[in-house]
Amino acid sequence: MNGLPGTSAIQARDLSKAYAGMEAVRGVSFDVAPGEVVGFLGPNGAGKTTTVRMISCFLPPTSGTATVYGVDVRTSPREVKRMLGVCPQEDNLDPDFDVLKNLLAYGRYFGIPGREIRERAERLLDFVQLSDRKKSAVQELSGGMKRRLVLARALLNEPRVLILDEPTTGLDPQARHAIWTRVRSLRATGVTVLLTTHYMEEAAQLCDRVVVIDNGKILMQGAPADLILREVGSTVVEAWNYDRAFAEFLSKLAGRLEEVGDRLYYYPGADDHVERLLDERFPAQERLIRRATLEDVFLKLTGRALRD
Amino acid sequence: MRATLRNLSFRALRVWQRDADVYFTTWKTEFLPPLLEPILYVLAFGLGLGKLIRHVEYNGRTLGYLEFMAPGIVAVAIMFWAFFESTFSSYVRMYYQKTFDAILATPLLVEDVILGELLWATSKSVIAATIMLGVLTALGLVAWPTGLWVVPIAFFGGLLFSAVGLLFTSMVKTISQFNVPMFTIIMPMFTFGGTFFPIDILPHWALVVAWCLPLTHVAFLTRSAVLGQASPHLWVSALYVVGLSLVLAAWALARMKRRLVP
Repeated sequence: MNGLPGTSAIQARDLSKAYAGMEAVRGVSFDVAPGEVVGFLGPNGAGKTTTVRMISCFLPPTSGTATVYGVDVRTSPREVKRMLGVCPQEDNLDPDFDVLKNLLAYGRYFGIPGREIRERAERLLDFVQLSDRKKSAVQELSGGMKRRLVLARALLNEPRVLILDEPTTGLDPQARHAIWTRVRSLRATGVTVLLTTHYMEEAAQLCDRVVVIDNGKILMQGAPADLILREVGSTVVEAWNYDRAFAEFLSKLAGRLEEVGDRLYYYPGADDHVERLLDERFPAQERLIRRATLEDVFLKLTGRALRD
Repeated sequence: MRATLRNLSFRALRVWQRDADVYFTTWKTEFLPPLLEPILYVLAFGLGLGKLIRHVEYNGRTLGYLEFMAPGIVAVAIMFWAFFESTFSSYVRMYYQKTFDAILATPLLVEDVILGELLWATSKSVIAATIMLGVLTALGLVAWPTGLWVVPIAFFGGLLFSAVGLLFTSMVKTISQFNVPMFTIIMPMFTFGGTFFPIDILPHWALVVAWCLPLTHVAFLTRSAVLGQASPHLWVSALYVVGLSLVLAAWALARMKRRLVP
């Protein structure tokens, strides 16, 4: 039943989860193709983690179905989990074991034979550049090292699907890029990746496709470049220290205008004359014309209200 | 409940193995308490209290106080080791260390994790009781080979008190709430469970209460084994301990599952 041609790596249909008195996920349907890297984008509390935890058999769905390579998460959790590598949001390395022993003990849960675990552990510690820290206590590792070790642990069972729940939250830029490099090299080997993030750059760097999710529902999905072009256009005008005349002038044009605090954003869409117009009419206005990003899409779709 | 029992598997041993690995990497310090505890008790009670209480009448025999009390401390150890492991230690693994979360990302199910924790807490009782049995044997306080019965008694007694502990682990909101069962259930058993004095000197109502406490039965069984003394009621206590341990274990499993899977 695994790996039939046309089988999705992950398939979710009308997946919902209600718990602790609220509907965290409300009817989510999506597909992830084998070898695809898909990113779930959403503000805090959007339902990303809950969705991912249903796929990885931590939470039973309230309704709807989810399968991994055709195997139902509800009826065959052991089989599903054997195919998954999970990097959770919170580090849950075993503080009672050193670095190497963390991997050896974890391999046992999968029933991998001892010698095989040891070989894989050595190889993976090499891959995440922790070979010289084998005997270190987990508590001695930096945040970035811990994340790399979690990644190595997730790869121990040679998963077909890698699930990364906010893999770089709280890391410094070096550590973040180290994780990205490794995820890209995994993608090259054909591993399917489902990741959640609220870093737009991370999504743009890694994902073939992003799914924007908020209030437990999917708002939009597509390739990052397509989404940007479709939702925002190719450029954004940002202006500050402006007067009403400037704002009113822009509001009469075809694009979308947004004022946030002391900043003005103008999304020209297909209108590519705006730069010339502004040069003529408001040559002294402080402004910046930049390429639109996924962040612009994200803010357009999920709004600017704070979530925490 | 039926689904919970069906999901039990040999994989629980992987969880047991994890806890055992942690324990045995520091075995030198871990073995110290069960080694020293009986020696301390024997010194204190032998040199001190034993001089005040020369003889204890127990089951038609006259015993030295030390002889009477020694099996009692084994029974207490069976209770304490299992209860502490399945409350404080399990809670730390579940709540602070997120150890269960990490394991649940592998082919193991919640049921495997809970059963593994139960079996490990049980094992701690068995290990402690076995070490203490050795020490008490060296001190000439154990009748052999009946003393060997202490091992299965420690297994079922340990399972019983691990299940009690895990039941509370499934309920508490903070680690300090373990003080409630500690002082309402465990300490009363420690003092009144037939450990330090023969309970038949109690007034009738207190005697009835004492015989309801699981530790009273565990202590009775342990004492019978250590003294090599058969008695017609042994099978009642054995049935009580085995039966209650299995019922509580199933209950703890169901409660913990509800806590871990929202």
